[in-house]
Amino acid sequence: MTREILQAIVDGILTGGVYALMAVGLTLIFGVLDIINIAQGVLVILGAYLSYSLLTKAHIDLFVGLLITVPAMFIIGVVIHWAFIRRLRGSERTSMTLLVTYAVALIIEGVLYKIYGPNYVTLNASYTTNSVKVFGFYIQYIYIYGFILAVVLVLALYALLYRTRFGRSVRATMQDETAARLVGIDVNRVGALTFGIGVAVTAVGGMMFGATSGGFNPNSGYDLISRLLAIIILAGMGSIGGALVASVFMLTVESVVAVWYPTWSIVVFYAALVLVLVIRPEGFFGQKAVRAQ
Amino acid sequence: MSEHRRAGSTVNLGLALKLGGLVLLAAIALAFPQVYTNPAITNYGVFAMIFVTVVCAWHIFSGNSGYISVGQAVFYGSGAYAMGTAAEHWHVTGTTTFALLPFVGAVGALIAVPFGLIALRVRRHTFIVITIAFFFIFQLMAYNLPFTHGTSGMNAPFLTWSPTAFNTNFYYIALACAAATIAIAWLIRRMRFGLQLRAIRDDEDRARGLGVKAMRVKLTAFVISGAITAVIGSVWFLYTTQVQPNTGFDPLFDLTIVLMAFLGGYGLISGAVLGALIIEPGTLWLNTQPQFSGGYLSEILLGAIFLVVVLFMPRGIIPTAGEYLTRLRTRGRPAVIPATATGTPAAAGSAPAAPVRSGSSGSSGGTR
Repeated sequence: MTREILQAIVDGILTGGVYALMAVGLTLIFGVLDIINIAQGVLVILGAYLSYSLLTKAHIDLFVGLLITVPAMFIIGVVIHWAFIRRLRGSERTSMTLLVTYAVALIIEGVLYKIYGPNYVTLNASYTTNSVKVFGFYIQYIYIYGFILAVVLVLALYALLYRTRFGRSVRATMQDETAARLVGIDVNRVGALTFGIGVAVTAVGGMMFGATSGGFNPNSGYDLISRLLAIIILAGMGSIGGALVASVFMLTVESVVAVWYPTWSIVVFYAALVLVLVIRPEGFFGQKAVRAQ
Repeated sequence: MSEHRRAGSTVNLGLALKLGGLVLLAAIALAFPQVYTNPAITNYGVFAMIFVTVVCAWHIFSGNSGYISVGQAVFYGSGAYAMGTAAEHWHVTGTTTFALLPFVGAVGALIAVPFGLIALRVRRHTFIVITIAFFFIFQLMAYNLPFTHGTSGMNAPFLTWSPTAFNTNFYYIALACAAATIAIAWLIRRMRFGLQLRAIRDDEDRARGLGVKAMRVKLTAFVISGAITAVIGSVWFLYTTQVQPNTGFDPLFDLTIVLMAFLGGYGLISGAVLGALIIEPGTLWLNTQPQFSGGYLSEILLGAIFLVVVLFMPRGIIPTAGEYLTRLRTRGRPAVIPATATGTPAAAGSAPAAPVRSGSSGSSGGTR
């Protein structure tokens, strides 16, 4: 029994790494632009399908393929921001962005259905099936690579945000958009680049999700987005390191509960969110709401 | 006496027009299944009325308070399951099933209390996500609890009406629900309670400062909204005679409600009604069209309509149309003189920015 629990913890931590890859983009977009990007779940699936096409049509390795999918997703993100998000202003902006990103999700989902159909597909490579024995636990190589990639990406985003001029302007926009505008920051440019980066990161998350989830179809995005939202709320919205910690925490909890109650584990996932928010409404790493409304 | 009447005559004309319009709409709504007896057509009517009720119930809480709930399916599905379980347990059949509606409403209210007490502690985005979390918890309970029968769901073979009478009867039941909900929403709008809700929407902290018991007010609205949604959910269940976890607790349900409310005009009862009347029959019709079968085309189309509405008519049909009509009637002159034109310099300086902008952007030519 102890052994099963330990294995569940190891699984949870490693899957948490995969979810962190998907959640950092969402939390970054939320922090800077103050919007909930409902399309993030479908964008993850889009990233997975891009990797799938490269793998099956051009026989490009999953990790090498990221060199193509990440820039492609970055451009898609910038275009979505330029075409839709940028235009939204006014008091109902929160709900408006919810609707717009949902509409974008519907369109992307429809296009994916048209191209790939409703059948479940998986991303297969030698390292998704082979596993290595570490301290008596069998771990697939893909999880190890993915977890390392997650940590590296989170560190890279940290460096970008806290060590560069661009990062400084992003953080300024996070704190107070009007003030950032006043000191000469091109808020629209910062927003577009942030949205692009947030979506580009999901290309990596999507590839990892496709390789580890055991099958996805165009409809998989909805289940995913609710989990990701739970994670970033728990982390405190806008906190990138928090997203990593919260992903690992939530997935470990789910995985451990699944040892006893497999059907109820996902409820525990959401119940943990509700419990934490009753005690600490701003999440683990969030600051008290800066903007009052 | 006569002077009074003359002074109020223009107001009375407007009121008479409104009342006449309402009577006309009610007559059309009542006559609809008599004119179109085909069940395929009345089906549109039943679903339209169900969604008018749902969106108006959403409006009572979200439209007034500004808290966008995307967890209404919690009540809708719970209502359906409460009806199914109660009818099964107490062996209720035939038209007496409708006697269970108050019970279903009570179940909805009972769910809304703890849900609201937790979710209403947080605002804006976090509130939205908490409602999504509750939604998934309830959907999973529907999948896994012993009495909900898992994926296969519940059936409702309680009613033995003939096919034509079935649709027509349900049309009138749904219409009655819709009319009652609109009346409740209208009453709340006119009450002190409605004013308190809208004060919370505009600035919750200030409303609290002015003595509004924010939590109590929000929770009351949430409970009313939840009870109504549960009742109409059970009506939907009796009409479609079945509920599964993924139909009773449908993630698209909530986003559709929000779209309906925003298409018609957010914060308006008429907007909620209009949005439901346009979108629900529209999507039903799209799904029956052979060229859209397979789902993806109707999905892309729905998404595209979404985007067009939000980007080009962000305030919804009714406010936009109202603005247009006013502009036509006043021939480009502003109907209300902007605050800057009349106020003293000091007053103009302190006036809020919004009315000034809306007054000058639409018809700046007329300000001079």
